Order: sequence, then structure tokens, then C-alpha cells
Amino acid sequence: MAIIYELAAQGMQMILVLAVAPFILGVTRRFKARLLRRIGPPLLQPYRDIWKLMHKEAVMAHGASWLYRSTPYLLFASTWVAAALIPTYSTGLLFSWSADLIAIVALLATGRFALALAGMDVGTAFGGIGSSREMLIASLAEPAMLLVVLTVSLVAGTTQLSAIAEHMIHGSVGLRVSLGLVLFAFVFVAIAENARIPIDNPATHLELTMVHEAMVLEYSGRHLAMIEAAAALKLTLYFSLLVCLFFPFGIATGDKSIVAFAIGLGFYLSKITLLAVLLPIGETAVAKMRVFRYPIFLGGAFATAALAVFLLFVSQGF
Amino acid sequence: MTSLQFDIAHLLAGGMLVLSLLLLYQDRILATLNVFALQAIVLSLAVAWQAYVQGAMHLMVTAVIALVVKGFVIPGALNRIVYRLGIHREIEQVIGAGPTMLTGLGLIALSILLVMPVKVGVTALAREDLAFALAVILLGLLMMITRRNAVTQIVGFMSLENGLILAATGAKGMPLVVEISVAFSILIAFSVFGIFVFRIRERFDTVDLGALDRFRRERSTLQ
Repeated sequence: MAIIYELAAQGMQMILVLAVAPFILGVTRRFKARLLRRIGPPLLQPYRDIWKLMHKEAVMAHGASWLYRSTPYLLFASTWVAAALIPTYSTGLLFSWSADLIAIVALLATGRFALALAGMDVGTAFGGIGSSREMLIASLAEPAMLLVVLTVSLVAGTTQLSAIAEHMIHGSVGLRVSLGLVLFAFVFVAIAENARIPIDNPATHLELTMVHEAMVLEYSGRHLAMIEAAAALKLTLYFSLLVCLFFPFGIATGDKSIVAFAIGLGFYLSKITLLAVLLPIGETAVAKMRVFRYPIFLGGAFATAALAVFLLFVSQGF
Repeated sequence: MTSLQFDIAHLLAGGMLVLSLLLLYQDRILATLNVFALQAIVLSLAVAWQAYVQGAMHLMVTAVIALVVKGFVIPGALNRIVYRLGIHREIEQVIGAGPTMLTGLGLIALSILLVMPVKVGVTALAREDLAFALAVILLGLLMMITRRNAVTQIVGFMSLENGLILAATGAKGMPLVVEISVAFSILIAFSVFGIFVFRIRERFDTVDLGALDRFRRERSTLQ
């Protein structure tokens, strides 16, 4: 009986991230539109978009290989698994032992690799430029992300997300300048990875600025639906990761009753909705960057994360 | 010393280091001045915290001097100089922000590696302060090397001096007289700098110190 309950709790987390992801995207879009004094789409519009795309014909380019056809599913699957592993409303679920920070980074990298290949598969110029820029961003963002992982796991003594969240709540973390720096670097990386302003503009189809959209330009129908769902999931994933690593208060630890889960769920949903409101505020305040400025932006994130590691070494000793 | 006291000292000294790195990163002159003022304010907070922790009230004087002189007077005066020279919109060509930052990180690592092995007769707090102060000094030097504008070079020098004060407060028993005379010498150095900047500008119509190099080369070829 207990194992069924545990399985149900884990399954609910998997369903939860999938169900809530388009809503979070809807909140950001709606709020951004309101900031620009437009009315904006309804909050549930991303669900409808995905539903509509699911029922459209999938047009394939001539000469598209199996890679092109399978990439959307691979991308969706890897992103979903990564998102489902992050503790949302409770720590210590059935599969929490596999929720390793480095594994999550690797899962995301797998999806990105497949998408970059698919962007080049059809042989259009746009796909190629999108893939090349995506790889540029990835090669700059991933070292910064790994340094973030290093710092957090040095503070908590483990790379397991569930244990990190518990340590942040119960352990004696104290006042750590490193964690503040790492939070800063993490936000930079998250902005770059999710193709938000100032790195990329998710709403545009203007060729000069496209990165993510350029890669998926050829996709249609159910393939595009998968990619859109994966993008929404990725945003939710980064929000969950931010909440889990830096603001895990309210999450259910140890106590596995329905009430604790419900409280954890309430905290989680309100926290990611708040982040979904904060993101468009930040986006509206800055302008899109030139492509050649990306290394400086992400290099800043890298330097901050590296500094965090140094400071941590100083305060903890070698 | 409790761990919270240590953490706050760590936070403030680490904050100074972050701001030093940020100084390297800035390419707009006015932004550089703002970051420099912020660094001086964080410095004064760090010194005040040391005064509280060590129970050395004369350090409070140092903190107040740092706050008033370096947090407000010097940045304000530099601001005026920048406006009078008409270079407040100028964007400085830093020698590649990326390489500079990497060099800066290397310098920080170097100073930490240098100071951390010292274990005899020093508290953890003093050792850590010394490591950070050394890093701030080296970053100030790096800034003076990489910048070509006279005003930002002055800022580099002043931030170097911030590192010196941080080092001095971490070590116990710096006499107040020394402190005050250092503060005054900084002010004098600053006014000398100010005069120099205007002289350079009068002579070469720019505050880009590359002009001096070119001038010197012409002279040496003549001889």
C-alpha cells in the first residue's frame, strides 16, 4: 500500500509539471502584454495552441531524415524527465535519489544537442544559423551552470536536489555571499537557456534576432506542439530549480501526509507564479542584446559563479 | 567569534571583491564612478563591522573617513571632472572584457592560494580579510593596466587603496594617526591627479593616455 502511495506522489509530480507548464508560460505572456499596454492572450492560450497544433497536419521538408522526425519527441521526453525529477512540493519522493543536479544539466544538454542537429538536418540557412547560435550560447552557459552546481553542492555536501533542499531548510547554512552570487549567475544562465530577452526574443520571427525560433522554423503540426510543450516545460523547470535550490521554504520534508503535500503544493505554485510575473518585468526593462555581446553577458555569469566558488573555499577552507 | 559574525564579515569583504570585479567589467565612465562609490560604502561597512567585532572603536573613525571621503567626496569630484571634460558619455575601449575578467579571476585565485596557507597565529577572519584585500589590490592594479583613460586609472588607484584599508583593518592594531595620514595623502594624491588630468587634456586635447605614448615615441625618433 505504501509503495502505491509513494508511486502516486511521484506520478503526481510528473503530471503536475506537465500540467502547470503551459499555464506558467501563459502568465508570463499575459503579464508581459499588460506591461506593454496590450490586452494579451488569455492565460490558457498555450494549452489551446498545443491542442490546435496536435490536430494539424505535420508538413515535412523534402529530404528530412529520421532525425528530424524523432527530435521533437526526444526533446520533449528529456525535458519532461528533467522537470519531473526536481522536487516541487515534497522532497524524498520515490525517484528522488535520481534527481541529481548534474544529471539534469546533462538531460537538458541532450535535448539541446538533438534540436541543434535537427535544425541543420533540413539544410536551410535559418536552421543552420539558429543551431550555430544555440551552440554558442550553450558552450558559454554550461560552464557557468556547472560552477553553480559545484557551489551549491559544496554548500550542501551533495548534488542530490532533494537533499540540497532539505539542507537549505534545516541545515545551518548561515549567511553566504556565495549563494547570492550563485543565484545571480543562475538567473543569467536561466535567461540564456530559455531564450528570453536580452539573449533571445521568444516572441519574434525577425531573422536577425532568432536563435531558438530559427532552429524550429521548419516544424509544424504535432512536432511543433512537442517543441512548444518542451519549451514551456523548460521554463517551468528552471523556475522549479530556482525555487528548490534557493527558496525551498514550505516544501514538505519528511512528513508525507496529504496535508503537508497540499501546503507544499500551494507554496510551490505561488512561488513559480511569482517568478512568472517577475520575469516579464525584467524583460521589459532591458533591450535585446547583439549576438556578439552574448559572451560578455554569459562571461559575467561565469565570473560570478567562479568567484562564488573561490569565496566558498575561503570561508570553508580547503 | 561566532559564525554569524564571521559570515557578515565574509559577506562584506566578499562584496568588496565582487565590486572590484564589477569595476573591471564596466566600460562607461559614470557607471565606473558609481561602482567605485558603492565599493567605498561597502568598505566603510566592513571596517565598521570589524570595529564592532574587535571592539576597537578607533576603527569607527576609519569607517567614517572612508564613507565620507571615498564614498561621497571623491566620486562626486570625479563626477564633476568627467562632466567638465565632457567625457561623461564616453565608452572606454577595455582590452576585451572577457580576458580581463579571466585575468582578474586568476589574480583572485592567486591571492587566496597565497594567503590561505598561513595558519600560525592568525584568526580565520584576519586571514580571510587579508586574502580578499590582496585580491582587491591586485584587481586595482589590473584596472590601472587595462584602462587608457586617465579618470578610470585614478579610479583603479583609489580602489587599490580601498584594498589597503581593508587589509589594515583586518590586522589588529593599526594606529589612528597612520590611518588619518593615509586618508589625507589620498586626498592630496587625488588633487594632484585632478590637476594632471586637466594638464594632459590641455596639452593633447584628450585624456586618453595612449596619446602620451605616441608623443614619447615621436620624441625618441627625433633624437
